[in-house]
Amino acid sequence: MTTDMYTEKVLDHFRNPRNMGKMENPDGVGKVGNPNCGDIMVIYIKVKDDRISDIKFQTFGCTAAISSSSIATELVKGKTLDEALKLTRGDVANELGGLPAIKMHCSNLAADALKAAIEDYRKKKTR
Amino acid sequence: MQKIYMDYGATTPVDKEVLDEMLPFFDKYYGNASSIHSFGIDAFNAVEEARERVAKIIGAKNDEIIFTAGGTESDNIAIKGVAFKNKDKKSSKGYNIITCAIEHPAVLETCKYLDSIGYKVKFLPVDKYGIIKLEDLEKAISKDTFLITIMFANNEIGTIEPMQEIGKIAKKHNVLFHTDAVQAVGKVPIDVNKLNIDLLSISSHKIYGPKGIGALYIRKGVKLQPILHGGGHELGLRSSTYNTPGIVGLGKACELGLKRMDEDVLHMTTLRDQLIKNVLEIEESYLNGHFSKRLCNNAHFRFTAIEGESLNMMLNDAGIAAATGSACSSKKLKASHVLTGIGLTPELAHGSLRLSLGRKSTKEEVEYVCDTIPGVVKKLRNMSPLWNR
Repeated sequence: MTTDMYTEKVLDHFRNPRNMGKMENPDGVGKVGNPNCGDIMVIYIKVKDDRISDIKFQTFGCTAAISSSSIATELVKGKTLDEALKLTRGDVANELGGLPAIKMHCSNLAADALKAAIEDYRKKKTR
Repeated sequence: MQKIYMDYGATTPVDKEVLDEMLPFFDKYYGNASSIHSFGIDAFNAVEEARERVAKIIGAKNDEIIFTAGGTESDNIAIKGVAFKNKDKKSSKGYNIITCAIEHPAVLETCKYLDSIGYKVKFLPVDKYGIIKLEDLEKAISKDTFLITIMFANNEIGTIEPMQEIGKIAKKHNVLFHTDAVQAVGKVPIDVNKLNIDLLSISSHKIYGPKGIGALYIRKGVKLQPILHGGGHELGLRSSTYNTPGIVGLGKACELGLKRMDEDVLHMTTLRDQLIKNVLEIEESYLNGHFSKRLCNNAHFRFTAIEGESLNMMLNDAGIAAATGSACSSKKLKASHVLTGIGLTPELAHGSLRLSLGRKSTKEEVEYVCDTIPGVVKKLRNMSPLWNR
C-alpha cells in the first residue's frame, strides 16, 4: 500500500479520525471482522428518540478500515435508526472519494458494524 | 520534513562509485559484448572484469558466474534448471526437491510450480526463529532427491540459516545445494567452497548496484537445463544481449561490498542493536526472528493489537520509510507466509514492522525512529478494540 493509493479524504480520516474511542455504557454495540484478514471493527451507539445521538468506533486494521469507520460514524450521527440502516457499503467508499479495489471490503465492514450495532440496540430494547 | 529511508531490505540506492563506473557504458562503450570488433571488445572486457568481481565476493571462479536479470531469474534458472535436467526422477516415491516454508516467493513459487507438474517437493517447516531443523532435512532426503534449496538469510525476519551444516548434509548425500543469498551478500562473508554451495543467487539492487541485474553462481560440473532459449549467452543458460551497464554496476557493487564488508557490518550491527533495544521498551512489543543468527541490518518487530499497514502509513507521515513483512505481501492482503511460518497467528503477524538499515543509515536517523515509533504505536492502540489497557 502507498499513500498514493488513497484519496486525500481517506488520509484525512485516517490521520484525524472522527468519533474514535471506546464508549461507556453504549445502547448498542456492533463488532465485525476477522483477524485473519486483518480488520476488526467495533461501533458503539447511543440512541435517543430513535436517533443516533452519539457514536464511536474502534478499529484494528489498515488505513482504509480506519478511515471507513471514521466516515461511517460521521455519516450517520444524528440520523434516525432507519435512515442509518440505509447506509450502504457503496456510500462509505463514495464519501471517501473511492477506495482501492482490494480495500473495498473495509467499507463493507464499516456498514456491517453499524448495522450490527443497531440490531444489538433493537434486540436489547425488545427484551 | 526529514525523510528517513529504513527499507534497505527492499532495495538500496545505487552507490555513487557504482553509478560513475556504469555511465560510460551507456553511450561511450555501447558495443555488444558478443561482437568481434573493438566496440564489442571494450564491452566484453568490462563484462569479464565484472564477472571476476562478482566471483570474488563469494569465493568462486570467474567461469562459475553467469549474469541474469536479478534474484528471481537466478532462482528460476537454478531450480528449474536442475529439475528439468533430472526429469527422469519425476513421480518418484521420495522427495526430489527440499526447500523450506519461509523462502522468498521466487523460490517458493518456483518449487510449487515444479510440484504442480509432477516433481515431489518437501517444504520443511521452521522453528519459531525461522531456522530449519537439520534432522528434518536429513530425514527428507532419499535416493530420489536431487536438490536442496534453502535461503541464506530470510528477507523478512533476517534469520540466517545454518548454511555450513546444510552444505555438509547435501555433500554427504550427493545432493545439489542451491541458496538464495540475495539478502546475505555483502553482509555475511561467503565462501561457496567452504559451505559446499553448488548454486547461489545474487541480486544487484540489494547491494547498492542497479536494478534489473543479478548473477547466479554455478559450481563447475553442475549441469542445468536452460529455461531461456536463444543466442546461447552465458554457457547457454541465459540467452540475451549483455546488459553491459548493469553488469558493470553489479561488478563494482560487489567489489565495494567486499572491500567495505567489515566496516559496513560493524556499522549496521551497532545501529540495529540500538533500534532493537529501544523499540523493545514499548510494552507488548516483540522481536521476530533470532537474536544473534540475524542479518546485521534487520530489525523486525511485532506489536500487539495494531495492524502493520496503518503503522507504516503513520510512519510514512512522520517521514519514515519502513515495511511490513515483505513489500509484496501487502498486495495480497494475506498474513506473510514467513510470519505464519514461524508460528504467529495472522492477528499477530499483521502487527509487524520491518526496519532494515543500510550503509548510509545514521545514528541520528535511528534515534528519530526510536523516538517516533512509541507515539505511533500508542495512537493506533488507542484506536484498537484489541487493546484494552
